[in-house]
Amino acid sequence: MADKLTWRDMEVGNIVKEAGSASFRKTGDWRTEKPILDKEKCIKCALCWIYCPDAAIKPSEDGYYEADLYYCKGCGICASICPVGAISMTEEEEK
Amino acid sequence: MPCGSYKHDGGGGKMSRRVALEASHAAAEAAKMADVDVISAYPITPQTHIPERLAEMVADGELSAAYIPVESEHSAMSACLGAAAVGARTFTATAGQGLELMHEVVYVASSMRYPVVMTVCNRALSAPLSVWGDHSDAMAVRDIGWIQVFCQNNQEAFDLTLWAFRVGEDPNVLLPVMVHLDGFTLTHVTEPVILPEQSEVDRFLPRFQYPFALNPDKPMTHGAFGPPEIYSETKLAQEVAFRNSKDIILGEWKEFGDIFGRYYNPVEEYKTENAEILLLTMGSFTETAKIVIDARRDKGEAIGLMSLRLWRPFPFEEFRRAVKGSKILIVFDRCISFGMGGPVFSEVRSALYDEEPRPKVVGIIGGLGGRDMAEEDFEHVINRGREIAEKGPEKMLETVGIRG
Repeated sequence: MADKLTWRDMEVGNIVKEAGSASFRKTGDWRTEKPILDKEKCIKCALCWIYCPDAAIKPSEDGYYEADLYYCKGCGICASICPVGAISMTEEEEK
Repeated sequence: MPCGSYKHDGGGGKMSRRVALEASHAAAEAAKMADVDVISAYPITPQTHIPERLAEMVADGELSAAYIPVESEHSAMSACLGAAAVGARTFTATAGQGLELMHEVVYVASSMRYPVVMTVCNRALSAPLSVWGDHSDAMAVRDIGWIQVFCQNNQEAFDLTLWAFRVGEDPNVLLPVMVHLDGFTLTHVTEPVILPEQSEVDRFLPRFQYPFALNPDKPMTHGAFGPPEIYSETKLAQEVAFRNSKDIILGEWKEFGDIFGRYYNPVEEYKTENAEILLLTMGSFTETAKIVIDARRDKGEAIGLMSLRLWRPFPFEEFRRAVKGSKILIVFDRCISFGMGGPVFSEVRSALYDEEPRPKVVGIIGGLGGRDMAEEDFEHVINRGREIAEKGPEKMLETVGIRG
């Protein structure tokens, strides 16, 4: 969509008037590794949610915390902070 | 500090005060009368008297503003950007190396369209270390997207600083403004300055209404990144806004004149009528050059002087109109663009390239790092300028007052 905008469509100073709009941008395809949660090990402590530097981890209805893979860039901080080793970083190509 | 003040009819028909002020204090007085909300500055020669005076005003309760002392010029400009982002009227001042140190953030200010006002007390760049005046610092920020004006005297230091807030904050402009004052020859020199009534200032300068002020109740993003699919369009939009600001600049100078009685123009023309030879200067040396032009005119020489007050956006139309009919234009630069020559010379010659007929344009460099330019030096500039125009330059770089 952005590649159809002309200079006349640009906001003054490139301001983005919609809050939280960064999450609309697909950055999931920047990843080389993705976080996989093992619910057997997860103790629902929420540390991954707190430590995620870019709000890519979201609480689910059943109390777990899972990465939004549309947005998550795969930095791996959640995996390294998890106190029970419930998150593992897996190569994108591996299924 | 104002001294010996008395009531005076300032030309606008209003009661104003005529006081003795150095240009630094005139700029500080303008920021105070503009009722700035935030001042953030780091002291550097020859700018020091401006933040000192403002700090004094804030400490004495003459001015209600947040004064943010910072550890560097980079932080000074960063603090100004943060203040402007919430809609504060924001002021800073710097010089030479200070402008270099804040360079990165100066570019951000114009790109994010924050109307910060900054006085630059022009100083030569190191090395060798020099605290004295020339235009190297100003020329290093030519392409940075700030509206820029050069002052000739202390009255202009006051007037153009006040005007800078009005033009920068105009909702159709929203651009930062740099007011250049020659280091020492203006900043530390005392002259009579007419100060207006506060009520007149308030009439000229309404409160700043920034339409995109950061507010937790209405969140938005300032300073988002620009991926390749929009960066070019963003820059073109900035350039269009910058060029369009010129009409508003002119309109607000007209309004300034209507209220205060002093009218400003982008290109000052002095005795240019029927002039075959024109000398072009910028800043305070223009007033020295005027004395030389007066003497030559008295002898019957068809010579005039022009001074670029508005440096950015470049006043193409006014400049071309001002040189029309002249045969020789001698450009005096106080800076070397290494490997190129005088930056003002290069620009004005380029601005005339498509004009037909156009004067022969020659450039002479001098007045570097505090080297004085006396009347006889400008005599030399004119005499040598005529010779170069007729015979062509003989040297790699034509200079005045430089030994060897």
